[in-house]
Amino acid sequence: MNLGRKNISMIKINNIKLSIQKKLNRRQRTLVITIVAAIVLTSILVGGLLISDQRIATNFEQKNLSPSIEHPFGTDWLGRDMFVRTIKGLTLSIGVGTLSAVISAGIALTLGLLSATMGKWMDRFITWLVDLFLSVPHLITLILISFVLGGGMKGVIVGVSLTHWPSLTRIIRAEVMQIRSAEYVQISRKLGRTRKWVAIHHILPHLIPQFFVGLMLLFPHAILHEAAITFLGFGLSPHKPAIGIILSESMRYLSTGMWWLAFFPGIFLIMIIRGFDILGENLRLLVDPHNAHN
Amino acid sequence: MHLEGRNIGFRYNKSDWILRNFNISLKEGEVIGLIGPSGCGKTTLGRILAGYEIPQEGKVTLDNIPLPTTGIHPVQLINQHPEKAVNPRWKMKKVLDEVKELDEDILIALGIEKEWLNRWPNELSGGELQRFCVARALSVHTKFIIADEMTTMLDAITQAQIWNSVQEIAKKRNMGILVISHEHNLLKRLCCRVIDLSI
Repeated sequence: MNLGRKNISMIKINNIKLSIQKKLNRRQRTLVITIVAAIVLTSILVGGLLISDQRIATNFEQKNLSPSIEHPFGTDWLGRDMFVRTIKGLTLSIGVGTLSAVISAGIALTLGLLSATMGKWMDRFITWLVDLFLSVPHLITLILISFVLGGGMKGVIVGVSLTHWPSLTRIIRAEVMQIRSAEYVQISRKLGRTRKWVAIHHILPHLIPQFFVGLMLLFPHAILHEAAITFLGFGLSPHKPAIGIILSESMRYLSTGMWWLAFFPGIFLIMIIRGFDILGENLRLLVDPHNAHN
Repeated sequence: MHLEGRNIGFRYNKSDWILRNFNISLKEGEVIGLIGPSGCGKTTLGRILAGYEIPQEGKVTLDNIPLPTTGIHPVQLINQHPEKAVNPRWKMKKVLDEVKELDEDILIALGIEKEWLNRWPNELSGGELQRFCVARALSVHTKFIIADEMTTMLDAITQAQIWNSVQEIAKKRNMGILVISHEHNLLKRLCCRVIDLSI
């Protein structure tokens, strides 16, 4: 009896799933998910930029409040609204992440192209460099670079940019090498096309999707590492509302039962990172011509 | 027009010679077959004649002038695998536009339909795709064609269709063709003489 009811409900759920799948094909669904992720990310970014600093001013009358309608994420030991702090912190993280991901992807593109086109020795040198950077854990290199540069915003951005290029460099190098030896490129040369024409029309269009997807997938890493070194105290200065600062400060108050200080900012950080991850992954699916009709 | 390979010797890196002291001569309007067991250097010879590889010994000349290294090549090679020979990210229209000075008649002669032009390569069958590769090789500047197993992977009907149109175009333009194949019957039908590489 019980089992039968369970089966019926299973069938119902499957029917609902099927009807959704019928209405939208996979490509359309991917597009919808991508747009939703993009909207969530931009709204956090815009929200963080529009909210004024007064909203996170110290207010001792309202300190240590647990989450309520007025303060959805509660307040901290100085009476600052945690929701506003979280949004502002994430905005800062996204900003730092964007800048370092763009720099990192730029380095990767340059080195990948040099490695694949400038001959054997250049290739050996750059491959060695990639191996060198990959053999040391990201976080350690990151801490060293940031520490040498004296921490702060500059230290974090330079540190994150200089540690995240190796894997994308490898991908771009391999991609260029593969296309350069492809039959259709050789044929193109025999059809009277110049090296430059081949580079612009055959190689570059193949790299653009790789580049942008690589860029999007660098974001979550950059943001997470920014938060991580800030949490460890080598990153942004404590008065900035960065997500790493919020998390590391909240650790001291966790034992007094103020769980909301770490919980909501942590959840939001994961949400943002997943958002960028979904965006990058879906972008990859959408630009691949073999998936054009799914 | 006279395509000639004299004393050609070729090997990959330091391995054994694949070809040594090999002579071949192809005149305009002539159709020659090339046959031999797998790995005996048929494809390599085709690539040398079309300028894809440079032989370590001997030389390839067109009317006693060495083959050009830049610009559109007068000797065009058509491969066995059309899906590798077109950029998978290009629509077919762009694939054809890569060649300058291509006659509209060739598309009609090869049975290429207008609607195919707006498709991606992975949306066409092997035979349809190979027609594009053949058309692309037949620009106004082409004097010789090397057909390296051009129709091996196609069914008999498509094979006959493509070869009929190619023969017709070659006759009209007085082009020379080197047919590389494993198929005795095909060579017997097409060629005036057949070179056996195994001897």
